[in-house]
Amino acid sequence: MQYDARVIVPQLRDWGYNILTLMKINFQHSMSAHCENGVTSNLLRFYGVNLSEPMVFGLGSGLFFSHMPFIKLNGMAVTSFRPWPGVIFKRVTRLLGIQYDRKKFANNKQMAIQELDRLLAQGTPVGMLVGVFNLSYFPKEYRFHFNAHNITAFGKEGDTYYISDPVMENVETLSTDELLRVRYAEGTYPPKGRMYYITKVPKDIDLNTAIVKSIQRTCKDMLTIPIHMFGVNGIRFLAKRVRKWPAKFGPKLAALNLSQVIRMLEEIGTGGAGFRFIYAAFLQECSVKLNQAWLNDLSKEMTDIGDKWREFAYLAARGYKGRDKQEISYDMLADLLLAIADREEKVFRQLRQIKL
Amino acid sequence: MKTNEVPQDKAFFEEGKIRDVCYAIDENGQYTKVLSLGWEPKNEAIKLSWDVVYKRVEEVRNEVMAGKLSPIAFYMELNVMDVSIVSAYTGIPKRKVRKHLKMKKFQELIPIVLQQYATTFNVTVDELKDLEKIQQFSIKI
Repeated sequence: MQYDARVIVPQLRDWGYNILTLMKINFQHSMSAHCENGVTSNLLRFYGVNLSEPMVFGLGSGLFFSHMPFIKLNGMAVTSFRPWPGVIFKRVTRLLGIQYDRKKFANNKQMAIQELDRLLAQGTPVGMLVGVFNLSYFPKEYRFHFNAHNITAFGKEGDTYYISDPVMENVETLSTDELLRVRYAEGTYPPKGRMYYITKVPKDIDLNTAIVKSIQRTCKDMLTIPIHMFGVNGIRFLAKRVRKWPAKFGPKLAALNLSQVIRMLEEIGTGGAGFRFIYAAFLQECSVKLNQAWLNDLSKEMTDIGDKWREFAYLAARGYKGRDKQEISYDMLADLLLAIADREEKVFRQLRQIKL
Repeated sequence: MKTNEVPQDKAFFEEGKIRDVCYAIDENGQYTKVLSLGWEPKNEAIKLSWDVVYKRVEEVRNEVMAGKLSPIAFYMELNVMDVSIVSAYTGIPKRKVRKHLKMKKFQELIPIVLQQYATTFNVTVDELKDLEKIQQFSIKI
């Protein structure tokens, strides 16, 4: 017999049952490379929209590059291989006509928990922005003051929340206290209890049109932003800076700056090579969905570019690895970056031609 | 990157650490997800970051032992925080936090304030005041 939660829940509550001790949404946890891709993909799957992580990433135009010396992390310039946090989820839902709600509870932790509980009780899984510093199930070595991590809550039993964290292999749990601590982490861009959930999914979704639009957007982002710190020009800008680092910073600080670039390239769940492999996987999927074989060729080229980024990381690591740090050639690293920039530019100029 | 090239570089991290999802090409040229235990350049970059942190922790520890800086300064470095972050977590204004970094001011603090710091640093008030614990602190990395 099918029970309608809208009838049963209030009824049980009248009878004195704490419904939340019984409620666990039938949510499928799936692991992914990157948290925002994973939460988006897992939430969409719950509502019957089955998209892989590469597809979500591509639709969200997640491939990007920026090197911004005016923003500091650990006292050093920020290099990013994807756009601003939250943008992927927003773009995917907009493109597919999916409606969602976003809430922030800057000063009201009680409301933050009450709203979450209310949504869980009505069967809605909730995405949340958290800081990883006090995230109890994360290994210590990853717990910096990083506040743009995405997780999903899909149930509560007593004082325990069931958490689907895409970068973890299994479902995790957090107590109310622990969840509040991470939803209200401090540091750069504190999450302030931010949460988001899907409210309406259209019956029909035109995936192919969305694919074409998203690819054109990525090409635009990588090729046409007039500020030279972004896109393909941003890679060239980084190359110029890298070349000057030893003279500007001295060997130790130059190596530290390199390690920060490599961390952005590999640590935050990029699936390898600053999301280039994920994007290549996306292009491969698109070539099948759109029945356009040339996309598979560009996927291969993107894979090769990803391998070049990995080569860059290997070379750079010799500068900061272990006790016997080697003298490395920053000129060689800069030249490698320039070569990568040229190849990426070529790929995106070709991709821009895409039509349905 | 082919599936057999996906690195499995176990690092200095504790056993049972996160495995990362990587995207790699299988024998049929198709992209697939592969779990990776780690990759040396990345592991070394993270290790370098922690080395820098712990070097600073050592320096501050010596200052605390010399009676100049307070345990708050020590735990702040240990938790990779700065005055802004500590101020945001404790609710104590930044200029006051800066004063509390000195041993003299720290010794005058009342229990309520000490508890705010202790909660932020995930220690008890007794641990916060325990200089011997700070002296015995050793870095396991």
